[in-house]
Amino acid sequence: MKKSFRSLLTAAAGLAIAWGVHAAETVKVGVLHSLSGTMAISETSLKDVLLFTFDEINKAGGVNGKMIEPVVVDPASNWPLFAEKAEQLLVKDKVAVVFGCWTSVSRKSVLPVFERLNGLLFYPVQYEGEELSKNIFYTAEAVNQQALPAVDYMLAEGKTKFYLLGSDYVYPRTTNKILKQYLKLKGIPDSDIVEIYTPFGHTDYQTIVADIKKFSAGGKATVISTLNGDTNVPFFKEFANAGLTSENCPVVSFSISEDEFRGLPAKELAGHLGCWTYFMSLKNPENSKFVSDFLGWVKAPVLTGVDYKVTGVDSKGRVTCSPMNLSRLGVYLWAQAATKAGSFDVDKVREALIGQKFKGPGGEVTMQPNHHLINNVYIGETLPTGQFKVIKSFTGVKGEPFSEKFLTAK
Amino acid sequence: MLRSFSRTEAWLLLLAAVVGFGVLPALNTFVSPDSFFHVSTFSLSIWGKYLCYAVLALGVNLLWGYTGLLSLGQCLFFSLGGYCLGMYLMLMIGNLGQYKADIPDFMVFLEFPKRFPETGGLPPHWIPFRNFWFAAAAVIWVPALVALSFGYLAFRSRIKGVYFSILSQALTYAASLMFFRNDFTFGGNNGLTDFKFILGYDLNSPSTKRALFICAVALLLGVYMFCRWLTSTKFGLIQRAIRDSENRVLFSGYATAQFKLFVFVLAAVICALGGALFVPLVGIINPSEMAPDKSLEAVVWCAVGGRGALVGPVLGAIGVNSLKSYATHAFAEQWPYILGALFVFVTLFMPKGIVGLPEQWRTFRRGKKTKPEDAPTSTPSTAAKPAAE
Repeated sequence: MKKSFRSLLTAAAGLAIAWGVHAAETVKVGVLHSLSGTMAISETSLKDVLLFTFDEINKAGGVNGKMIEPVVVDPASNWPLFAEKAEQLLVKDKVAVVFGCWTSVSRKSVLPVFERLNGLLFYPVQYEGEELSKNIFYTAEAVNQQALPAVDYMLAEGKTKFYLLGSDYVYPRTTNKILKQYLKLKGIPDSDIVEIYTPFGHTDYQTIVADIKKFSAGGKATVISTLNGDTNVPFFKEFANAGLTSENCPVVSFSISEDEFRGLPAKELAGHLGCWTYFMSLKNPENSKFVSDFLGWVKAPVLTGVDYKVTGVDSKGRVTCSPMNLSRLGVYLWAQAATKAGSFDVDKVREALIGQKFKGPGGEVTMQPNHHLINNVYIGETLPTGQFKVIKSFTGVKGEPFSEKFLTAK
Repeated sequence: MLRSFSRTEAWLLLLAAVVGFGVLPALNTFVSPDSFFHVSTFSLSIWGKYLCYAVLALGVNLLWGYTGLLSLGQCLFFSLGGYCLGMYLMLMIGNLGQYKADIPDFMVFLEFPKRFPETGGLPPHWIPFRNFWFAAAAVIWVPALVALSFGYLAFRSRIKGVYFSILSQALTYAASLMFFRNDFTFGGNNGLTDFKFILGYDLNSPSTKRALFICAVALLLGVYMFCRWLTSTKFGLIQRAIRDSENRVLFSGYATAQFKLFVFVLAAVICALGGALFVPLVGIINPSEMAPDKSLEAVVWCAVGGRGALVGPVLGAIGVNSLKSYATHAFAEQWPYILGALFVFVTLFMPKGIVGLPEQWRTFRRGKKTKPEDAPTSTPSTAAKPAAE
């Protein structure tokens, strides 16, 4: 009650200011990440990094002379609520842009809303592609920026048998479908590819691991894993129990980043591989500044320039990871485009976004006309600390959402 | 049938109808968007959503409040209704999907054309859903059939009380796991979404949204009046007798299992109707709607509003959901605490929910305890609230 009274006062004060002098003008942007429910564990970090980035930009003077004012909502891992909140942000708050969504289903749920109201959404998490909306910019890794480089690396390492294991979601299904076609192009026979899906919340991996053990007998096999979150723990435990190691059968996981290791035992996964467009351990000036600034910010989180109280930021054991980096890149790319357009108008910003470049912690990225980034791709080896040691990098990989295009281009 | 309504209730229902059918849609259509009195299309569609939830809550209450069967799986029927209409909506997208194919997008990337070559990729059981009336009929008979077979087995074996609750919860959980699987041909985890047309009308246009809102008002009022009529008949009396002492009813010569089965199937159909209208309003249906926590939420709405009175669940569903809509925006980080505290408060201090408040107040004023009454026949409080707000 007290709070709403205060917000009423601030609103009144805001109105008074708006009528008076044009002091400290702001531009509203939406933050659409689940802060409660099953996805909160992943998405809260993205909300944090977005607020951090707004603070960085506001400190440097804002965008087009306006301070970024976030409108943070909680769609609560509830997909219909995602659509409602998206519409609320666009219709009621009239935000210039929205940063948000993690799961594919949440993106699918809000997509019609953004198209109908001509909004602008930045989507930062690796995904299956096969989608292209004029209202969404995908800073996320497309399949050809994660799965294909990883497979290329494994082929170069002399692996010729592939066990494709995933949770039964759309992202694993699509990734594996593309991988199968790609492996065939590379001359791998069908008999050397296995494709297995486990249902939601699966915990019993005994049969699957026994199967992998047989499959990997010659030492020529690798597991490409798109298992989701929690199910990784029983899988990797069983894997180690069966005497399988990263030496005789390495596992490449696409869904585990540094941030997931805050909740997973990294020791069980040591030696296995990850593949992203950014790792916290990258050595370059942009990244060291990003990491140290962010770790400093979470201890005393503030948002410069606007009346917004930052709450709910966990300061313990924080890390940075690829989805966080891509979230932050999205904000910078949008800010640059809005500056270039000299406006926050969605159509003008969309036009200005194409071709925007930004030198970020993962290297320089460029926004392509297909709304995906040209980005660097890294393969890293998991360390017991929950960090990755970079063992291979690919520069300037062009994101392409539709598999038909990159499969025929090769 | 008219005799089952008290005078006040009839007037309030009329008021609700005038507001729901006339005033709100008119304020949306004819008042300029800049005016203070304008009702945005966005508001209409979220209110439509609340009304669908209220229908679901009425279904839960018919079982829990009036028959003493606490089902923790009513969202299964809500979702089944949603899926039946969703399949029709999915097929109406035509070739406007990402792949410009004649079948829904998920069927293209799951390579259904290889699995069902004789139909061009469309699984055979999807084909009749091209017809709206088939889908609309399926909204009723599919959930009814599921409820009938589950209810028959459960009630014949005299499964009661907490065991029935647990079983119903297990049923909805099992169904959600099944629908999660992509091989089950209903779109897996992503479910059905990105609908474009219903009966040839553009789902994104304000006029269609307005029409859907009016349908939701009509559905809620219809279901409400039906429940009021049913509970005031002799059947309703037996229902309440079963709730209060099933054994006595049984020994008086009534086949309680069949009464319960009938109510269970009826409640399933009511929930399914709510679900079917929910889908075009929110634009998505997927297995997470079947997850046990959704059904628990519906039970919480009934508890907050007050079970045992018809208007209670309606107030509960609309109240809790509008509070949730408001709080997830205004207090994005703290809202689970606010809602949680509210539920604890209601459980501890308002055992009869919102509709029980006047009675609680009278008891408090008299300073003595009255003996617990039977289910209140009608509460002349705020029957018209849902649409009037």
